[in-house]
Formats: sequence, C-alpha cells, structure tokens
Amino acid sequence: MDSLILSVRLAACVSAILLLIGMPLAYWLAYWNWRGKFLLEAIVALPLVLPPTVLGFYVLIALGPHGPIGKISEALFHRGLAFTFGGLVFASVLYSFPFTVQPLIASFEAMNRRLLDASALLGASRLRTFTKIIIPLSLPGIVTAVVLSFAHTLGEFGVVLMVGGNLPGITRTASIDIYDRVQSMEYAEANRMALVLLIISFVVLSAVYGVNRRIGRRMWASWAAR
Amino acid sequence: MGFVGSEINPPVLKVRLRKSRSGATRSPFVLDVALEIPPGITIVFGPSGAGKSTLLDCIAGLLKPNSGQIEISGEVLLDVERRINLPPAKRKIAYVFQSLALFPHMTVEQNVAYGLAHMASPEQALRVKAMLEAFRVQQLAKCKADEISGGEQQRVALARSLATSPRVLLLDEPLTALDEGLKKSIMEDLRRWNAAQNIPILYVTHSRAEVDALGERVIALDRGKIISTGTPHEVLDAPRRSALAHASGFENLFSGVVTGHREADGVMRVRLVKGTCEIETPLGHAAVGIAVRLAIRAGDILLATERPYGLSARNVIAGKIISLEQRGTMFVAQVAVDADGAVVFTVHLTLGAKRALELDVNQPVWLVIKTHSCHVLED
Repeated sequence: MDSLILSVRLAACVSAILLLIGMPLAYWLAYWNWRGKFLLEAIVALPLVLPPTVLGFYVLIALGPHGPIGKISEALFHRGLAFTFGGLVFASVLYSFPFTVQPLIASFEAMNRRLLDASALLGASRLRTFTKIIIPLSLPGIVTAVVLSFAHTLGEFGVVLMVGGNLPGITRTASIDIYDRVQSMEYAEANRMALVLLIISFVVLSAVYGVNRRIGRRMWASWAAR
Repeated sequence: MGFVGSEINPPVLKVRLRKSRSGATRSPFVLDVALEIPPGITIVFGPSGAGKSTLLDCIAGLLKPNSGQIEISGEVLLDVERRINLPPAKRKIAYVFQSLALFPHMTVEQNVAYGLAHMASPEQALRVKAMLEAFRVQQLAKCKADEISGGEQQRVALARSLATSPRVLLLDEPLTALDEGLKKSIMEDLRRWNAAQNIPILYVTHSRAEVDALGERVIALDRGKIISTGTPHEVLDAPRRSALAHASGFENLFSGVVTGHREADGVMRVRLVKGTCEIETPLGHAAVGIAVRLAIRAGDILLATERPYGLSARNVIAGKIISLEQRGTMFVAQVAVDADGAVVFTVHLTLGAKRALELDVNQPVWLVIKTHSCHVLED
C-alpha cells in the first residue's frame, strides 16, 4: 500500500503545480495571438505523442549530475534530483502538461468574448476579469484539467521507471509495484493493487463527465459565485 | 434657472474615424464617418452590414480604427496620429450589446455592482438599490441573471452599465427581441434616467419601426458612410426616401404609375414615369393611376445576352450596357433601357458571370426580373 500512497502523493503534487503553471499559460495561449504561438502549442502537446521512455531519458540526463537542472539542484540543495521524489515530480509535471493545459485552453476559448468585453467596459482590469468571470465560468474545464492530470500521473509507468528507478517508499509508485509483483509471480497482490487503480480511475473519470454535464455546470457556477 | 456644469458645457461625443476590414470570408468594407453626438438619444439606422456595430466597437475601444479621433467633452479617448488609445476599461463608456452579456453566474445585484468595485460597500449598496429601482427590477435583486425574462435582462443590462456613471451610452439593437409595450416602457425609464444625467446615447437599429417609435435624431448609415442626418421625418420621408431605400439595399428606385391590376394572378403593372417601360409587380394596395416608387435590388436582376424564352420571370426588358465597373469581388453594370436612355438599371454581377457572358460596354442585353423582386413603395 506504500506505493499507492506514494502514487497519490505524487499525483496531488503534480496536479497542484500544473494548475498553477497551466492557468496563466492557457490564458495566454487562448487569448493572445502572435506569430510563434504554434511552436509553443506544439511543445505543450509534445508529451502526448512522445514515448514515455524518450521523455524519461532526456529528463534523466537533465536531472543527472552533469545536466543543467541537476547542476542547479546540486548548487542549491547539495544533491541531485535523479532517483528522488522531487525528480519524479519534475518529470511527471512535464509528462502530464498537455492534460492540464489543453482542457484549460479549450474552456477559455469557449468563453463568450462579449462577457470579457462587458467586464472591461465596466472598468475591470484583466486580472479581475480573469478571477471573477473567466475562472468561475470555466470551472468545469478547470476540474477536468486537475482530474485528468491527477489520473494521468497516477497511471504513468515509463517516465517514472526511467527517472525514478524503483526505490521503495521514494520512487516506487503503484504502477511500478504492480509490474514488480507480476514479475515475481505475486498475482494476488498485483491484482489487489490493479483493482484499486482501476476503481480510482473509473471514479475520477465519472466525476469529470458528471461535472461537465449541464447540471454539473450550473452547480459549479453557482458555487463559484458565492 | 440654475447653472449646472453640464448645462453650460453639455457633454458632446465627437467621433471621426476610418476602419477598414478585409477578410477571406467577408467582403471588404470601409467604415468612414464623422459624427457629433449631443446629449440625448441619437439613432444610428442602417441595414445589417452597414457598419453600425463596428462603429460602436470603435467608440468603446474594442476595435482600433485605422485612423481618426474620438473625444468626449474635450477629453481625447483616441487619436491614432498622436498614438493615444485609452483601453475600454478607462473610457467610461457604457455599452449594452445585443446579447446583453449579463454574467450568468451572478445574481442581478452582483451584476449591477460589478462596475462599482472601487466604491465602499455601503455606498455601493445604495447605488445598486437606486439603479435597480430606476429600472424597476428591485424585486429581482437576488435572482440569477440567466433565470429572468428577456425584458428583465434588458433592464438589468441597462442598470448595470449606467451604474458606473458613464459619459456615453452605446446601445446595439438591445430591444429588437422585445414586444412593443415592453420596448416603450423600457425606453421611458431610460429617458427618465437620462433627463437627470444628460449624456449622449447612441442607439443602433436596423428596424424602421424602431426609428419611428423612438422619434429622435437619426443618422442613416450605409456601407460605412453616413448618407443622411436629421429627424426621422426628414431622414425617412420624401424627398430623401430614396436614400433610405438605398440604405435597405435597393440600388434601383424608379417613380411609376399603376396601370392595371390582375387580381386573379396576384400581380399589377407599373409604368415607369420616364421612358416606356412597364413592369409587373406583386399586387399592392395602390389603385390604378396612383403614383408609386418601385425598388429593385441590383443583385436580383439577371442579365442575358440573347432574348430569353421559356422563363418564369415576367419582366424581360431589352437594354444596352453603358458602363461596367469592378467593385471588389463583383461587377456593377449600368444598363440603359429605351432608346433615349432615360431609365438606367444598376445590376450586380459576379466576376464569373461577367467572364462567362463576355460582357462589355455598348453590348445589347436583356434584363430579367422576377415579379417578386420588384417592391412597390407607396408615396
């Protein structure tokens, strides 16, 4: 069960960090038009198509003692990031990036622009429009983003294996634990863990679809206005 | 009579701007206007696509004109040459969109309070209450904005935009969807409110009925240009009626006399005053011998290079092309009928049609016009 708790802890950290980075980035990508924008959009979507081992490999190199991020970490904390929980968080943030940013962009773009114009004409700053109008009306998209990045991080395997290795309690997540147990023929243990992951994933996805239904949208919106 | 500041120096909105729009999907368009809007209601009247919304968006700061100036009581909001362009949030201009754009997740009260964030809360509550009362929606204060009726939403939208004490109010066809009684009552509330505030109000509409009902100063706009200014009577009625028929997209306007009815076929015949041409039109109320105006859209006329037969169109008139001019993605042909060229029709053609027919100046052609494309306006 340690590995399951570790997985949940990792997923929670990753979705929180992604939400903080993703909101301003998605706002920028949804409402600003500039020439090089498509490049940034491609980079954001890259983890969707990249094999996890490729991403994991480059992150491992970057985190290692000779990599740029490893060097910064050495200088600041006198230790590297490879095969640590911090390294795992870093890699997972990159890996789940599109799962946060794309639902956010989609829901920001779907906003009725006239509401944003109305807000500006009533004297509101961009920040006030963002917090009072865009966020409350995009809540289903925000919930989708958080839940998807949480679920995606929970289920990742290749990146974790490349970057984290398999250190019990530090980097051994549930999916790696399941793989381990199957390798050593402990099918009953593997099944228990797999079933828990299956149930969590199902509950999480039903929550997303539920929230995105019309009733869910109204419920969220009224909650946000308070 | 006491001298209040606004009476000595009433707020006047001065606008001079040019905004061109080119797009793959829409025809190229240039809005080029100069206006002075005094306090009170001024109606901007024109067909859809005349540039009415573009004009309001430019005044509000949502669109940037290519050149021009906008000022209110001497304060410059926009001056493209001097690189002054206040953002919408700084212009203190209220704008009620056709869609109203009430914030659906907020109550009526929260909507009206939205623009008053800078006020202390007791002061804010008083202002919200006063605005809700002025537009008679105080009983809806706690209702969700998307749960009230269309007329109520309209009142809330007005209360919300006027709560901020704007210097100008822009209204983009806000009442089009409402019935007459509701429209009248809302306009009365707006007039009463503005009797005290005395700000310029620009009211945009494409509906002639609204122009008549509001009965204020009218500016007629067509294809980005101001074609007439004055009272509704001056702008809409003869002799300038043709200007307004143009505004509704009728390029061909002729004076005529009704010569006969064929009740059974649902048609009548109108002889043009000039020339010898007779045109079949749908049956109207005008009796034989009555003078009427005939309006035909240039895009509703077909051209043929040989006399056509076997057509359902009842009006086939011989003529000669006297000019042919490319305008954007179409050709405009002037076709003179009758030998003396007293009557000239304007015809719009696509580039492809002009090419396929190999049309040229001085070429004899036949105009083909369906009966129902001939609109009779009674003088």
